[in-house]
Parts: sequence; C-alpha cells; structure tokens
Amino acid sequence: MELLNPGIGLIFWQTATFLVLVFILGKFAWKPILKAVQDREKSIESAIRQAEEARKEMASVKADNDRLLAEARSQGEVILQEARKNAEAYLAKEKAKAEETAHRMIEDANKKLEADRLALRAEMKNMVAELSVDIAEKLLRQQLADKSAQQKLASTLLDDIKLN
Amino acid sequence: MIQNHALKSFKALLFLVAGLLLTAFNPVKASSGAENNGEEKFNIGDMIFHHISDAHEWHFWDGATLYLPVILHTPDRGLEVMSFHHFHNETSSYDRYHYNHGHFTVIGDESIHPIDLSITKNVASLLLSAVILLLVFFTVAKGYGRSLVPSGLRGFMEPLVLFVRDDIARANIGHGADKFVPYLLTVFFFIWVNNLLGLIPGGANLTGNIAVTLVLSLLTLLITLFSAKKYYWSHIFTPPGVPLWLYPIMVPVEIIGIFTKPFSLMIRLFANITAGHIIILSLLGLIFIFKSFAVGPVSVAFSVFMNCLELLVAFLQAYVFTLLSAMYIGGAVEEHHH
Repeated sequence: MELLNPGIGLIFWQTATFLVLVFILGKFAWKPILKAVQDREKSIESAIRQAEEARKEMASVKADNDRLLAEARSQGEVILQEARKNAEAYLAKEKAKAEETAHRMIEDANKKLEADRLALRAEMKNMVAELSVDIAEKLLRQQLADKSAQQKLASTLLDDIKLN
Repeated sequence: MIQNHALKSFKALLFLVAGLLLTAFNPVKASSGAENNGEEKFNIGDMIFHHISDAHEWHFWDGATLYLPVILHTPDRGLEVMSFHHFHNETSSYDRYHYNHGHFTVIGDESIHPIDLSITKNVASLLLSAVILLLVFFTVAKGYGRSLVPSGLRGFMEPLVLFVRDDIARANIGHGADKFVPYLLTVFFFIWVNNLLGLIPGGANLTGNIAVTLVLSLLTLLITLFSAKKYYWSHIFTPPGVPLWLYPIMVPVEIIGIFTKPFSLMIRLFANITAGHIIILSLLGLIFIFKSFAVGPVSVAFSVFMNCLELLVAFLQAYVFTLLSAMYIGGAVEEHHH
C-alpha cells in the first residue's frame, strides 16, 4: 500500500529539517527560554527564602525587644523596690530619730517637772513648817495666855520628866 | 493512553453513525445516481486517498495550484531541478523523465532509478512549519531578554514548555532529564504544529505520513540506544528472574522489544492523524455520494464536530508521542536501584 511506504524524499527532508530545528531551536530558543525560566524559578526561590529569613529575623528582633523590655521592666521594678526600701529605711530611721528626740524631750521635761515638783515640795515643806511654827506659836501664845495654863503645862512637863 | 483508546472507539462509533446515515439515504443516492449516469463516477476512495497522499503540487482550489519544484538525483546527471508544471498530469513526460502516479522513471532506460528529493506538498508544509516554529519560539525567547514575567505569546507557550519539561521529561526520565528536554520540546511542538497545519483545509497530511513518523520514531530509538545505561542492556541480555533455559526465547523477545516501541510510536501517530483526515473527508464525501443538499448540513455538522475533536487529537498525539519518547528514554537511562 502506497500510504505505508515511506518515500525517500520526505525521509531526507524530514531528517534534515527536524535536525536543523532541534539544533537551532535548542540553541536559540529552548536554551534561553529554559534558562530564563530557571533563573526566574531561582529568583522566586531566593525571594521566598529571603522573606523567610527576614521573617525569622523580625521574630528574633521582636524576641530581643521583648526580652529587653522585660529586662528593663524588671530592672525598673528592682530600682523601684530598692528606692521604696531605702525610703522606708530612711523613714524608719527618721522616725526612730524623731521618736528618740521626742522621748528625750519628754524625759527632759519629766526630769524638769520632777525637779520642779521636788523644789516645790521643798518650798511647800518650808512654807508648811513656817506656817506650822506660826500656827503653833499662835496656839501656844493663846493657850499659854493665862497663868494656870502655864502652870499646868509646867506640871505636865514635870510629870513627863518624872516618868522618865 | 486510555484517552487515546476512548478516542479510537469514538471514531469507530462515528463511522457506524455515518454508515447508518448512508443506508438511510440510500434511495436518494439510487435516484440521483440514475440521473447522472453519463458523468464520471465520483470515487470517494480515490478522493480521500488523493487528499491524504503527498503530491508534487499544492492544490488550493481549481485554478489556484502551486506547482512545486521536482528535484531528481540520477547517477549519470546528478541533481536536476525542474518545475512540476511540466508534468501536471497523473501520467506525463518531460525531458527524459516519465511521471506516473507519484513516481518518476527515466524514459528508455529502466536501469536508472532516479532518487526523488522533490519539494512535495508535504516538504513544503514541513518547511512552513519549521518557519512557524522558528518565528514563534524566537519571539518567545526574545521576550525573556526584556522581562522574566511572561505575557502574550509567551504567556501561552511557557506553560506548555514547562509542561513538557516538568510533566513529561522530568517526571519520566528522572535524573539527567534536562539533557533531553530540547529534543522532547522540539518533537512536541513539531508534531503539534504540523497536526494543526494538517487540519487547515488544503493543508498537507504531514504527521499522517509514515516517512515523517518513521524519522521521528527513529530519532527516539537512536537517542534511547545511545543514552542507554548498563542496566538497560543487562535487562535485555540477562532478563532478571528468568531461568537460563528460557534465555533463547526471552532475549530475542527483549531485542524485538527495543524496536517495537518506536515502531508503535511511528504507527500510532501516522494512523491517528490519517484516520482523522479520512473521517472528515468521508463525512464531506457523503455530500458528493448522495448529490443531495439534504446531506450537506448533516455532513458539515459532523465534520465540524470531528474537526474540533481533531484539534484535541492534534494536541493529544503530540503529547502521547513526546510522553512515550520520554518514557523510553527514561527506561534506558535508569540506573540500577535496590
């Protein structure tokens, strides 16, 4: 059958044309196309990788920031606590000092008061003694105004002496 | 492969439908046949055969025929170029050559067999397709110099190029596939473009010509053989798991197997494309058989449908040829794994 009988002419032309096509397309079409596609694939890949790296870096920077912030916060806390402690200690010290001063002042006042009281008592004692002497004088003068009373006293005194 | 099979059976079904139509319209044919007894009888077989065969002229329509150059090589005169215009009949003579249904002989000396290297319709179509391929892919390649982002023609071609590279070459050849990508790309686009050119009315039946598919499958065979690794040959000459006494049977079978693969490639492409052309021509031929306007719309509807199907087949056969080539090459370059 004619259809199944390959003609030499077409075999020749087909071989020649096809090989030329493979060569020329391979060199001037497939090579640049495939290279461009590969380059693009690589650039996309590297862009994705860079984005991933940037993301990781961002995450690490954020973690750093967080850490620094936490550190600063805790440091602040420490400082604050110390300040509070210092303030408390200072306050306590001042309070103690004030208390001591007050105490001393009260003590001083008390001492003074005591001294005053003692002085007053001594004075009062003297005054009472004087008054008593005065009163006793006046009483004695009154009681011993008449003769009989003087005699009676003398006799009593005498009696006492006898008893002794 | 399964799709291919389905298409084949679909084609068979269409043949059946066409056959049924033929019997249904039989009375029309009988009456019209009786009226036109005097005219030359329309022979659909000749018409179809004429259309799917190669020719020395490109007949576009009556009155518009391009006579192509005839190139003959004879031992005594070397290369000779002449226009087919001088022959133009099915049997005619010019100079010392006699032309008879596609064959040239030397008048008076039967011992000289001229080698026919003429630019036939198929060769002209082949060269046209080469120009188209070069134009298209030079344009595509040039585009990448400007920008890496594809658009327009590149946007259309790039997925196909990547499809051949990734899904055909890399998927079936594996390691070292990129070496074979240029060949596979060329095969794929060559077959596809020529399949499509063949579908244009008046176009040549290039990929449905056995010489073309022979060359393509031979190239695949040569690439397979020359890139074959030790593992491939050891598989053929010492088939694994086969007892020694079966070797005299198995080794020849394996050797035949080397050639049946490209042979199937050759036949598949040739038969699919030729069959498609035959179906469309048969459907249109019904009009001339019945000589009735009533058949026209049915015929045209069917052949439009078949043409659409052939557009799919054009791509599918290019894909199948490339895929199977890649698989054969992949089988040859496979390394021993355990």
